[in-house]
Amino acid sequence: MSPVRPSSRLGLAALAAALAVAGCLLHARTLRAPERRAASAALVARLGLTDLALFTEASYTRHLALADRLAPFLDHPQAREHFPSGALTAPPAPPEAR
Amino acid sequence: MTWRAALERQRSLLDFALLALWRRRGKNLSLVLVYGLTVFAIASVVLLAGALRAEAAAVLAGGPDVVVQQLSAGRPALVAAEAVARLGAIRGVSRAAGRRWAAYADPVSHATFTVLAPEGFEGRPGEVELGAGAAAAMRWKPGEKVGLLGEDGRWHFLEVRRLLGEETALVSTDLVLLAGEDFERLFALPPDRFTDVALTVRNPRELTTVARAAVGALPGGRAVTRPEMARTYEALFDWRSGLASVVLLGAVLTFALVAWDKAAGLPADERRELGVLKAIGWETGDVLAAKLWEGVVISVAAFLLGVLAAYLQLFLAPAPLLAPVLRGWSVLSPPLRLAPSVSPLELATLFFLTVVPYTLATVVPVWRAASTDPDAVMRS
Repeated sequence: MSPVRPSSRLGLAALAAALAVAGCLLHARTLRAPERRAASAALVARLGLTDLALFTEASYTRHLALADRLAPFLDHPQAREHFPSGALTAPPAPPEAR
Repeated sequence: MTWRAALERQRSLLDFALLALWRRRGKNLSLVLVYGLTVFAIASVVLLAGALRAEAAAVLAGGPDVVVQQLSAGRPALVAAEAVARLGAIRGVSRAAGRRWAAYADPVSHATFTVLAPEGFEGRPGEVELGAGAAAAMRWKPGEKVGLLGEDGRWHFLEVRRLLGEETALVSTDLVLLAGEDFERLFALPPDRFTDVALTVRNPRELTTVARAAVGALPGGRAVTRPEMARTYEALFDWRSGLASVVLLGAVLTFALVAWDKAAGLPADERRELGVLKAIGWETGDVLAAKLWEGVVISVAAFLLGVLAAYLQLFLAPAPLLAPVLRGWSVLSPPLRLAPSVSPLELATLFFLTVVPYTLATVVPVWRAASTDPDAVMRS
């Protein structure tokens, strides 16, 4: 019996990787994103919400879309934006109408 | 040479490359591990950002068309009812609704809640509806009385009517919904004062025009349109923001370091191996192809391991490594049950960043060594 060639073993590993990728794709479908999002979207429309409740550490990070660039500096004139979520997002663009 | 023979030739070269990798397995496995961890860090940020952006775009699409705020000395101020009526009279506005909401810093749990008195609150005065995070932070259950410290210095006790569904936690975790009367008592506000105004606009193409008119009707005001709100969340984990740029910079430097280490020169044993191959009649092209396969196998393995581990971390477990980063100093934070939304462009960029520089860097010193005399290579 001829020994198994290393490239055949690599083929098996590639097959395992492809199965893992397929597993991820199947798992993504089981998360039922559209249904979950529909419930949140209905709540947003009913309550007139503007923001995700991602960063509840300060009122201007909780309501990022409504915050202006001045908000972090209201504590005192030379205050730095010191909440960790400030490192995760760029400041909101100034609105066209102000 | 037929294509079948060419394929068999490449397969033999791949066999040779795999055996060569296996001979130095300790070194190569640790390389794949470190390389994979770097890919994992960057893929985690890319996948999380994509999922959050998709969630924000899908969920917030039904929010207000324009929100108008009043400012006083640079700070948000309350809007009078007559100003709401003025905003409602703007041409193109089908509805102007004063919104009443406030940030409430709870003295017991030290969490910050968003207290909101929605227009069509389904409960009676004296009742509240709670977001899942707010209820969990205070251990409040339906039917119980909850105490909120009012701005008059007194505790106001309200009965928990129901909890908002956990599947909506990403938008509702910190919400406390109550009736308008209770909101007025809690924050000592007159009934004709609003936090801001939500406008419904008939024609979506007129949003900016309406926003300008709103600022004209409410001097000192500020109007934010829905596309502007959406752009805020598109900028989440933007490459210019702190965390993403640190991760990206770290990853690029690691890729550069590994590639430089490869390109700088071959270890003595690999040089000797090359010399022997040349001496027994291998062509330069074959040597290069075998080494190219080595580079491809290592970098593709690291890419796959990194991306799959990032997927498992984010979408099978509730992001144990990144959730604390998102949580920051928040007492309340929604559980990260996100659905993946992978951008093929970002994944392709990560693939090319991982595979191409490393593979090319593997070939350069081999090409230099393989194109010199085998005797000189073996003796050097």
